[in-house]
Amino acid sequence: MTHVPADGNIKLPIYMDYQATTPLDERVLAAMMPYLTEKFGNPHSTSHSFGWEAADAVEAARGKIAALVGAEPEEIYFTSGATESNNMAIKGLGRRYRDKRPHIVTVATEHKCVLESAAAMNREGMSVTVLGVGSDGMVDIGAVEDAITDETLLVSVMAVNNEIGVIQPLSEIGQICRKRGVAFHSDAAQAVGKIPIEVVEAGVDLMSISGHKIYGPKGVGALYVRRKARLDFDPLLSGGGQEKGLRSGTLAPAQCVGLGEACAIADQEYKDEAVRLERLFKHFVESVGGRLEGVKLNGHRTCRYHGNINLSFEGTRADLLLSSLRGLAVSSSAACASAAREPSYVLRAIGLDEASAESSLRFGIGRFTTDAEIDYAADAVVAAVQQARKE
Amino acid sequence: MPRENVYLDCNATAVVRPEVVEAMAQLLAEGGNPSSVHQAGRRARGRLDDARLQVAELVGVKPGDVVFTSGGSEANVTALTRSGAKRLIVSAVEHDSVLETAKMSGLPYDVLPVDGDGRVDLEVLERCLKSVAEPTLLSLMLANNETGVIQPLAEAAALARGHEVLVHCDAVQAAGKIPIDFESLGADYLSLSAHKIGGPMGVGALILREASPLTPLIRGGGQEQGRRAGTENLPGIVGFGVAAASSKKGLAEFALLSEVRDRLESRVKAEAPDATLFGANAPRLPNTSCLSMPGVTSEIQLIDFDLAGICVSSGAACSSGRVRASHVLEAMGVEAPASGEVVRVSLGWSTTSQEVDHFFTAWSTLYNRSRKKSESSAA
Repeated sequence: MTHVPADGNIKLPIYMDYQATTPLDERVLAAMMPYLTEKFGNPHSTSHSFGWEAADAVEAARGKIAALVGAEPEEIYFTSGATESNNMAIKGLGRRYRDKRPHIVTVATEHKCVLESAAAMNREGMSVTVLGVGSDGMVDIGAVEDAITDETLLVSVMAVNNEIGVIQPLSEIGQICRKRGVAFHSDAAQAVGKIPIEVVEAGVDLMSISGHKIYGPKGVGALYVRRKARLDFDPLLSGGGQEKGLRSGTLAPAQCVGLGEACAIADQEYKDEAVRLERLFKHFVESVGGRLEGVKLNGHRTCRYHGNINLSFEGTRADLLLSSLRGLAVSSSAACASAAREPSYVLRAIGLDEASAESSLRFGIGRFTTDAEIDYAADAVVAAVQQARKE
Repeated sequence: MPRENVYLDCNATAVVRPEVVEAMAQLLAEGGNPSSVHQAGRRARGRLDDARLQVAELVGVKPGDVVFTSGGSEANVTALTRSGAKRLIVSAVEHDSVLETAKMSGLPYDVLPVDGDGRVDLEVLERCLKSVAEPTLLSLMLANNETGVIQPLAEAAALARGHEVLVHCDAVQAAGKIPIDFESLGADYLSLSAHKIGGPMGVGALILREASPLTPLIRGGGQEQGRRAGTENLPGIVGFGVAAASSKKGLAEFALLSEVRDRLESRVKAEAPDATLFGANAPRLPNTSCLSMPGVTSEIQLIDFDLAGICVSSGAACSSGRVRASHVLEAMGVEAPASGEVVRVSLGWSTTSQEVDHFFTAWSTLYNRSRKKSESSAA
């Protein structure tokens, strides 16, 4: 892990891509290791202690995830990650209820896997309303309410945007959905463990959780399913009947334990961390903005997760900036199939023209980001932008 | 504590190989999202490519033919539901992730019976293939998880191809235990699981040809060349790669487990002529023995063996707490009470012959105790 001593002796490159993935917390790794080594049992083996201890570990982890989001343990279903959770929520529900309720409402700035899942259901005969957002990236609650019809099955709105960090008003949307009898799903991959998010308060029926966005392992996530909503799914993965038949496949105890531990640590630390990140956020934005003209913060200024700093640098191109910012691991768009370099659809959705969208960089900071790194990064960015504008 | 146990349930999950743990631990400490373009991301991408090559080499394909998944179940579900087939043919002894998926798919499907040794009948298959009119996928496992019985896959695939039927092979239990060459099997899809070959849980792969039709099961970020979305479970994949390389290297040694297994079985037969060895007349994996102890239920056996520190199972390890007769044995025509008196012993790379001796001692002790009991109650 890149722990940097306080004297400013910085190890390069500085990792500033915490929305793509977070480093695994050493405490999480320590919790996982026994389940990769001597406690290697299959949690579904019911005839011996290897199986039992693995199953116990999985259940303890489930409890920790539930505790972080205020759910009951039996409302948490393990998956291979938030992408699967999102697919499972939208397609699983869609396929079960599409005959009665053939309509889905979602938002233009959702993660690709939500939009693609909705598009898949569209190809399977459902209609999909994709709501726009304001220039601050916020969805208009009135527009959500207006979009809901008697045929609406599901509203899917993410909690924190991966590219611009804005926090959507989940509880307001949740209230509307509850009132209208519509299921409410939220992709909270970027939110859980970072901002306060309680499933009851947020009014969600379904919520997707990711391991590797909260200092846990890759390849594990969870879907919260509100028990009282009595929702039924067509499972994405059928088979051995694990996870109460909603998600078949051998659970990976090391992965589950890792997610559980990551949640337990976040539960303890996220409040202090949020304060610290807000301070680093302000410092970085002021330091860069104070020295450069034509810098714009993308996304709502206050209604946001401060670990996300998405800035447009007028008159520059992000790909060129990236190549002169070798000391920083930053990103110009969501880390998905990055090979396809097209301007971010999220930035376009908040009204940026193509040139502005292509002049934007996302600086993602988190648990292991230090003051010294922020100073270094701000200086490097200012120098790179000044250089780029000269050329 | 658990390491003192005799672990003979390697078909449920194999003991993780130490070199796998080492590679994963190193990577877990490093971090990086393979889809990010910066240095950490590029390094991660390199590791991903290495692992893909290692997995490809286990089954003799090109790296581009490997799509990583969250496990064998996902690979099976993907092949069954995303090939575009409008009809399915499965064997009666397939894993639940195949059988349940066929049931849930909403597609019409045929179930091929097996003979008393657990093998499908190619003539029955041929008749079935002749009767299908729509685009069809045949899903046939290479080796059975409960009995280790190996199916005549290449022959079945050749028949299927003659009828333009796609072929999926669930090779989750066969991989790393016997040599597999995807090309000569003649399948269009093949499923693998990491934790069955000494790798971590939560990772698997779907192997396919360039021409194999596939629409993704999990959509989103476009990873795995658009064939499977979701941030790659890189440490898991790297562990999978190392396990694939190790098990490929260890294939000759793994084959020797059949001597240990056969010795166990001949001792069982010598001790208990009324015991049945299921699938023993068919080609089998070298590591699996599925045997009955007449007069003693599976549950009693498992409890007794557990007290003796021996881990075996009565069948597939799936949804917890479910006790039911094995669909595999049922398909082989095994009836009660024999079907309820079975345990599966599955050896692995970590197994020693002493461990198997230990099991035999426990087995014969229980067998003789129960015989004595029934003799005295009869008297």
